[in-house]
Parts: sequence; C-alpha cells; structure tokens
Amino acid sequence: MFKLIKQFTSFVAMVAVLFAFTTETMAAKKSKTLKNTQKKGFVRCGVSQGLPGFSNADASGNWTGVDVDVCRAVAAAVLGDANKVKFTPLSAKERFTALTSGEIDVLSRNTTWTLSRDADIGLTFVGVNFYDGQGFMVRKSSGITSTSQFKDGISACTNIGTTTELNMRDFFNSKGISYEPVAFEKADEVVAAYDAGRCDTYTTDKSGLAAQRTKMSNPDEHIVLPETISKEPLGPVVRQGDSVWEDIVRWSLNTMIEAEEYGITSANADSMKTSDNPAIKRLVGAEGELGAAFGLDNEWSLRIIKQVGNYGESYKRNIADPGILPDRGPNELWTKGGILYVPPAR
Amino acid sequence: MSKFTFLKSDRSNIQLVLITGTFLITISILDVFLNSFFRLNLISFLPSKVSFLTPFIIGMIGLNLIRIEFSGNRFLDTLNKNINTSNFNAALTLLIIFVIFKAIPPSLSWMILDANISGDTKEACTGTGACWTYIKVWFRRFMYGMYPNEQHWRINTAFLLVIGLGTFGLFATEKMKKFLALYYVVIYPIIAFLIIYYLISGGYFGLEWIETGAWGGLSLTFIVSFFCLIFCFPLGMILALGRRSNLPAVRYISIGYIEFWRGVPLITVLFMSSVMFPMFLPEDFFMDKLVRVIIAITLFEGAYCAEVIRGGLQSLPRGQYDAAKSLGMGYWKMHIFVILPQALKLVIPGICNTFLALVKDTPLIFVVGLAELAGMLALAKTNPKWLGFAMEGYIFAAIIFWIICYAMSKYSYNLEEKYKTDR
Amino acid sequence: MKFRILAYLFFFVGIADLFIKIFYGNIFSDLTEDYYEIANPILVFTPVLFFSIGGIFLKESKVSLTLENFGTSRIKYYSPQFICLSVVVLIFLFFTFNAQMNMENRGIDFGFGFLTQEASFDMQFSLMDYDGQDPYWWAYVVALLNTLLVAVLGIIFCTIIGVIVGIARLSPNFLIRNSAAWYVEFFRNIPLLLQIFFWYYAALRALPLPQDASPLFGVTYLTIKGYYMPAFIWNNLNIFLYSILAAIIAIIFIRYYANKLRDNEGKQIPVFYISLIILIILPAFTFLAGGVSLNFEIPVLKQLSATSFIYDGGIAVPPELIALTLALSLYTATFVAECVRAGIQGISKGQKEAAASLGLTPNQVLKLVIMPQALRIIIPPTTNQYLNLTKNSSLAAAIAYPDLVLVFAGTALMQTGRAIEIVSITMLTYLSISLAIAALMNWYNKLIEIKEK
Repeated sequence: MFKLIKQFTSFVAMVAVLFAFTTETMAAKKSKTLKNTQKKGFVRCGVSQGLPGFSNADASGNWTGVDVDVCRAVAAAVLGDANKVKFTPLSAKERFTALTSGEIDVLSRNTTWTLSRDADIGLTFVGVNFYDGQGFMVRKSSGITSTSQFKDGISACTNIGTTTELNMRDFFNSKGISYEPVAFEKADEVVAAYDAGRCDTYTTDKSGLAAQRTKMSNPDEHIVLPETISKEPLGPVVRQGDSVWEDIVRWSLNTMIEAEEYGITSANADSMKTSDNPAIKRLVGAEGELGAAFGLDNEWSLRIIKQVGNYGESYKRNIADPGILPDRGPNELWTKGGILYVPPAR
Repeated sequence: MSKFTFLKSDRSNIQLVLITGTFLITISILDVFLNSFFRLNLISFLPSKVSFLTPFIIGMIGLNLIRIEFSGNRFLDTLNKNINTSNFNAALTLLIIFVIFKAIPPSLSWMILDANISGDTKEACTGTGACWTYIKVWFRRFMYGMYPNEQHWRINTAFLLVIGLGTFGLFATEKMKKFLALYYVVIYPIIAFLIIYYLISGGYFGLEWIETGAWGGLSLTFIVSFFCLIFCFPLGMILALGRRSNLPAVRYISIGYIEFWRGVPLITVLFMSSVMFPMFLPEDFFMDKLVRVIIAITLFEGAYCAEVIRGGLQSLPRGQYDAAKSLGMGYWKMHIFVILPQALKLVIPGICNTFLALVKDTPLIFVVGLAELAGMLALAKTNPKWLGFAMEGYIFAAIIFWIICYAMSKYSYNLEEKYKTDR
Repeated sequence: MKFRILAYLFFFVGIADLFIKIFYGNIFSDLTEDYYEIANPILVFTPVLFFSIGGIFLKESKVSLTLENFGTSRIKYYSPQFICLSVVVLIFLFFTFNAQMNMENRGIDFGFGFLTQEASFDMQFSLMDYDGQDPYWWAYVVALLNTLLVAVLGIIFCTIIGVIVGIARLSPNFLIRNSAAWYVEFFRNIPLLLQIFFWYYAALRALPLPQDASPLFGVTYLTIKGYYMPAFIWNNLNIFLYSILAAIIAIIFIRYYANKLRDNEGKQIPVFYISLIILIILPAFTFLAGGVSLNFEIPVLKQLSATSFIYDGGIAVPPELIALTLALSLYTATFVAECVRAGIQGISKGQKEAAASLGLTPNQVLKLVIMPQALRIIIPPTTNQYLNLTKNSSLAAAIAYPDLVLVFAGTALMQTGRAIEIVSITMLTYLSISLAIAALMNWYNKLIEIKEK
C-alpha cells in the first residue's frame, strides 16, 4: 500500500509539472535554489578551510581567493551585491555531503572534476576555473630534482578521500616504487607532518603545493618538482536537479572569463556600454535579454564584472600578486596560449 | 633479597645505625638533588655507569641500616613501616624520589623559569622555555572561538544565568521540594534552551545574530555539554522507567535503544549526524550543524544516563513500591511522588559522572568540524605567524581540562560520600 | 490452549513470509543491484508483525498473571505498548520515506554493490596483503584487523599498567600510594583526544630523524618515521606452535592433577614453576631437535636522497600506532586500576584474618583466598573498560592510523559517496563487537557467581 501511495503521489506530481510547463511563459523558470537564495538574501558558498590564493580568511574574517570570487560573482548576479555570501569552511570529507544535504548551494573548493563525482553522487560540475595538475614537493636539501629520483620506501603525505590519494597510487605503481602513504584528514595536519619530517614528500595539486608552501616554517626550503602526474581540472560544483541554478553558476564563471577575452575590466565596464562590438554590449547588458533566461534582470553580467572583476583581475589579485603562482600556465585565455575557452554568451 | 642485610640493626646499637643510616640517605638524595638542580656532580671522579648507581646503592645501604623492627622511636617506626618494610620497598621509594628530583627541574625551567609571557608577537618569545605569549594572545579565541570580541558579555551572562537557575534547587523551600523533579526535568531544559537561543544566538531584541559556525572554544564545550546534559536527563529517565516496565514491548524497545547506543563509539555517531542525518530529513528542512551534533550526542548520552538512573531506581527498597501501591497510587502517581524524588537524589553523583564524561567527550566534535577548544588549538598551531608552539597549546588545554574535570570529580566524590552516610 | 494454537499459526505465517521474501523475493540480488526499494517498510515489517502477534498469544497466560498482579485491565496493558510501537514504526517510516525521496531526487542509489568495486587507494599499514586493486570489502576486513590490533595491544598494556597501579594504590608505602593516586587523577581527567593529540603531534614529532637516531637495545631504532625492529624469520614455525600447544595442554593437565591432589590429600605442588619450566623447555627443545630456527632481519639504514633515510628490512611500527596504543593504554589503565583497587578492597578483612589464622603464608593467602574472590569483583567492570578501549580506538580517525573508521567511514565514504551504507556497516561492526563481549561477560558472570540458596 505504501508503494501505491508513492506511485499516486508521483503521478500527481507529474501532472502538476506538466501543467506548470504548459502555462509557463518564456521568462519565468522555476528554481528552488534561486528562490531560496533570494529569500534568504545571501548565497551559501562552501570553501576550503584556508588555502591562500583560493579561499582564505584573514584575521577579521574576510574571505579572498579565486574560488571565493566565483561565489561572489554568483551573488553579484543573483542578489546584486557581491558581498552577500556566507562562506562555510569545509574539510574534504564533508564537502560533498554539505552540498547534497542542502547546507550550501555552491561548492567552490578547488574540487577536481572526475567522472565518478559527476555521475555517482548527485552533483554536477559547472565548469573549470583553474586547470591544474598534481605534483610533488620535497625539501631542497634532499637533493631530489625530479620524480625519477624517488626510491623504494619513500613516504608521501596527502589528504584522505581526494583524487590525490588515488593518483599517487597509480603513479607509484606505474613506476614500480613501493611507498608509504600517510594520509590525514585536514590539510593543515598534512603540511605539519611534512614540515616536521614525518614524510619525505608532500603531494597535492600544484596550486595547493604553492599555496601551502607559504604556510610552512621556512618556505624557501621547499621546491615543487617539475613533473605533473595527473590532470586536475578544478571547478565549482552544484547539486544535481536544479538546472537553472546550474546555469546561473556556470554562466557567472563564463562571464568572468569572456570579459577578459574582450578586455572588459571592472574599471572600464561602464564605459563599454557604448562599445561597437555587439558581443561586448551583450556582456555588459546593453543589448539583448540574456538575464531573462535565468529569471534575472539584464545587468547581471555587468554587476559581476564591476564588483568582482574579470578572470585575469581575480587571478592577479589573489594568486599572482601574493607570489603564489605568478605564471598563469594553462590558465590563460586561448587567444594568449592558454586553454581557457568558454562558450559565447548569446 | 628479603633476607639480605649486612649489619644487624636492633635497639642496642640504635644510635650508631641511626646516625650512619641518616647520613648515607641524605648523601644519596643530596647528590641527585645537586645533580639535577644545580648540575653539580659530586662524584664525577667515578666512571659514568658507576656514578649513576652510586646514590642508589648508598641510599639502599642507609635504608637497610635504619630498618629496625621495633625501635621505640615513633617517628622512626612510622617511617620504617611506611617506606622501608623490605628491600624492594626501599628500592622503589628511592627510585621515586630520584625520578621526582630528576624530572622537576627541566619541567620547571621550561614552564616557568625560561618562559616568556610578555609581548604580543612571536618575536617576544626569545627564551628557550615555553612561549606563554602565544597563549595570552590567543586566549580569547580559545575561550570564545570566533565569537566577536564585543559580544562576549552575552556568553558570560548566559552562562551565569544558566548556572544560577541550575542551583535553584539548593535554595528551594520545603513546599517547593515536591516540584523539584518536575522543575529539573521539564521546566529547566526549556528555560535554559531559551536563554541560550536568545542570548547567545541572538537575532531578537536588538542583539546581533551570530551564526553557530562562529561559536567555538571552551564556551562551545560548555554549551554542548549543558545542552546535552539537560536534554539527555529526561530522555534517560524515560528510558530507565521503560526498561524496568512490565510491558514487554516498551521494555524491549528501551533495551534495544540502550544497547544500541552504548555499543557504538561516539565518533561514528557524530559522523552519522553530519553525513546521514541530512538524508533522513525532508528536502527543505535544514538543520544547523551544531543542532545536529547536539541531537546526536543527546541520543548517545541518553543511553548512559538511563543506565545510571536505572541503578538508582534499583537501589530503592521494594518497600517503597509496595507502600505506594497499598495507598492505591497508580503507576505514574507512584513514580512522580514517591519513587523519582528519592531515586534522583541517589543518582546525582552518577549524573555528575555522566556530565564529566560528556565534557571529556566534547573535544570529539572537532572531528566533524566544530571548533571547540581542541579545534581552536589546531587552528592556532597552524597559523603561519605562530608555527611551532603546539606543545604550549596542548599543555594549556590539558591544564584547563584537568582543573575542570578534577574539580567536578572531587565534587561528585564528596556528594557520594555525603549520600552514603545519609541512609 | 486455543491461544497456543493461534500463536503457533502466526509464527508459521511469519516464518513463511520471511522465507518467501528471502528466497523468492530476490532480495539478495537486489542488494547488489543498487535497488533502493529494499528499504520498503512493509516488506521488512510484516514478518515482525506476525511474530509479535504470535508472541502475544503465546504469553497470554503470563499476561493474565501480570494483569492480576498489577491490577490493570487488558486495555491498560495493551494500549501503551501499541502506542509506543506505532510511534517507533512511524518514526522509522518517516526517515525511510525521506531517505528514499532524497536519494531519488539527487540520483543516488542505495545498495551494497559498491563493496565489490576496486578500492584504488593504498593503506599505510596493514597486517595482511592489501593492494589498491583489492575490492572495498577486503579494505574493510584489513581495516577491521588494524582496529583489532590496536585493541588487543591496548588491552594487554592497559591491563599490565592497570594492575600494577591498582595494587600500588593499596601499598602501605606513602610515596608509592600517592604516586599511583596522582597518576590516576592526572590521566583520568584529561580528555582522551587531547592525550592522543599530545602524544602524536607533540611527543612523537620530537623524535629524531632516522639518520640521527641512536639504537635502543642495539638493534631497534625509535625515529620520527616509526619504530624499526628486527623481523623474525622463522623456519618451521608450525612445529614451534605445535610445541607451545602441547606445552599448554600439559600445563592444563598438571593443574587439574594438582587440584585433585590438593582436594584429596591436601598436598601442594609448585604448579607455577612446573608450568614455567615446561613452557620454556618444550619449545626450546624444538629448536634443538625439531628443525625450528629463528633468524633476525636487522633494519639497515638506507639512503633515499641527500637528507632522507629510512631503515630497510625489519618491521616498521608506524608512529601513529605507537601514539594511539600509548594514549589508549595510559588512559584506560587508570580505570582498570580503580577497578582492581575496588576489587581488592571489597574483600572483607575477615577473610585475610581467617586465612592467616589457618596458618597460610601471605603468598598463599593472596593466591588461594583473596585473588579468586577479588577477581569476581574485578572482572566485570574491567571487561567494560576493555570495551570502552575498543570503542575509543575509533579515535584513530583524528590521526592518520588506518583503522576501520578512517579507512572505511573516511576514505571509502569520500570516494564512493555511499554515506548511509558505509556508516551503517561501521556502526553495526562496533555494535557486534560490543554485544559479543557483553554476552561473553554475562556467560562468565553466570559461571562464577556465588550460588545462594
């Protein structure tokens, strides 16, 4: 009988949805997350527990970083003010369950986009905001300059439950080196163990290595080895099932990248309203009705560019200027030799 | 070894052996004392291995000499019976004294003499000892977590109010003593919850709303412990009554609940609360992480409380039950007016122990992401400006917890003694 | 009589229901097919319903007696139970329904098929062969063995320390008594998690690097990367084990014979020394004549790079295991010491005086009169403490020791996302261990309890 009730309920729900579809106008699309966000007045964003350059809180509680900027872009687009974000620091263990359970609406925590994460656990990756790869860090005094110099019995520190752990295993197995994995839950513990000498090498995404190096007792003592052993496309994640919210986050990120492509910065965004290029005019909201597709007004992309900046400004402010990774590497526009290529906003 | 003496000491040559014995003992202790405190080595002319054993041997000889069975000197007799009954005993005594003398100077010098407490930055810690400056700078964070500094008065007042209302039972008049059980089980939890909700969480009456993610430090430890205790007490009572009931369904449900929650470790319960709870609730109903953790710990500790209360219920003589029934009281009347007031008085030491266990279990919530004292420690020790002071942080936390737990265990021990003589 | 027939009828229906569901309802194949409707409440609760109705009918006679004793009526007897049961069932239904709705919305499946998938992560320390290509259920077994290893080591050490400290607490020596008291007070009042953190992050991190470590006992090295011991290399280990087994059987027979001799003729033979001699001589004999030989593989310093060394060969005990065992033993030993002290103090002085008046020496008094009675008081709470130690070993999740919680409810959960299944399996494992030990203790209690008339 229980099954009957459930079937009846789903039938009624189906009819209701069909009804909603037939009576809907082109502009109004229903998104529960969007509605809740607008009602609450802030975007709930999940970030890391302190990774300089990506999401880091200073002493007064202000968060900065490229992942933070993605959330702020969503807030600027949806709520009009980039500062209306509530940041929830999450460990690697709770990040996915926090998203699926509804504690946060966007997870922007340098999460690697993999098949199993996309398909298996009820999440959707909406893009890549940082192309990265996994690398190793060793002490300069050890004399190791390449991963080919790793010997049997080496101990490697990393985080549990991340793609790093799996990639590390694949790498050492392919080289036939026997190693000792030392895996902690919190990134700070991993750094402390490596710093104290418990393990010979520390492995995670190369951006993470560069960022965590600034937190060590003697940053100049450590080097990042040149080899990259895996692809790590890092990007924001949302819950499966709310496609409008998915699109909002995806296109907020794309706006930032495309703005840099057309040379629109936070400083000259307003003046670009009178530009000759129709693509630019669409991006700053002077032409077209793009916002209506999400249920937003037309200035959504202009607000993103003005309040958060384009991708290049965000990168420079958070990663290049503090000296973490001055060279953008693959994170450059496709027109300048990198691989940032986003679909056009039209 | 027990029969080995090489100078027969008895009352006849008591003067001689007393003087020689005391002299030898004093020399050996003095040697170790000087060695550790002032780094003077009196017998450095001997090779190192022998010089290590020399104070010990000299002390043993000395103690052996003064081991007289009935010397007539009261001081000597108590001393002998206490620490000098056999060679083995004497050896142990000497070893303990040596260990104490060898361990105290380094710890003292590290903790107090060479330590720094003034200043505000890492550079102020110039000595080789502990850097208490680190503790001083982070003290507010350790106590209150990330709570904004100006709002700390709210936490202080809330705690004072809650503790004050809790001790209300001590000042109740005779007439009100009947309702004490009702007060503690029903009214007090509700009032305490409202105080904490309105004062600490805020958002009403003009107080700023502070989200639970910002609560932390020792105050969070106490908030969680208080909440869990005052909610698990009614739960435990219901379960204890259920377990002793005659209705089989009720009894088996209570037994199943109690055995289940007592069989799983707290850390898996916390994982369950942070990872599984959200799945079991309707989609839009979102519970704060702190609330989930408190519910999980309450359910967990409720089982332990139930066992404690059941112990109290069982120790009441059957006569009470029979007398109440002969007066025509039903089940609930009998329990509310006759059984529970007596039983609850008996279980107060046990409840204190449960509270103690709760306080000691609260650092675990650090594993699910709430930053109470252990969590703030971990945060502070990896702050780039203050690397390398893990030891001071842990010792500070250990001292704080030790003081609180020791005080509470002494209090509950005294209560137990008081109630034992009461019957 | 009619009620009994009805009861058996309901039992039969319940069993038939259960059988049909298990064998013909394809439940087990569904378990591996990620088919979440297995949690359909009606499916699960109908056999329970039939069994409980049958049980009610069976106990009908006892129910009448209860009603007479407590002066209630049938309604007052059955309605509270009915209400309780329905509340519990409603709560379960609510949770299950929500879980199914949520999982459906998010596209997550429920099922245990993931256990056969490849784990693809390595473990730092395992007692048996484990590789990343093994399935998740093998990772579970290995992690469980790690947990049991910590539990057994912890139990051994905490018993030794606990008994020593407990007896020291009763010593007439003022210094010894107080040192033991301060030990108990100190380690009991600091939370276990803090102790583990202290040992692991503060104490063991201060150990020297492998190249700077000086050897203890000549062949073992205590370093920041672990404790390196020589490995035992056995030849014909099974012969050695058989000899130990034979020695134990011989000792049991000797004890039995000595007891009979004592009961019948009052003579005492030194059983302890005889057992010790047999236990040493028999295995040693196999070294000479049985072809058993023991070689040691001594750890040797190996250079991995300009500054990093490890010790090759031998057994490496990871510092996580050392820290965990140390903290657990020291903490639980305080509780065991209190149990031992309570046990020995619980024997009335009259026993000692009576035994002394019979002419027994102090050693004999301890062995024959005090200890048997004290053990009766000591063992139940001590078993409780062992259980607590096993449950507390789950704190290994806070440091990087690969025990059940860290590997299964940590890494495996993060990689597969199957929260409900994994956490339930973990909780069920700990629950079974607790229930098994509790059942064992109940059986032991019944065995040794004083049977009063």
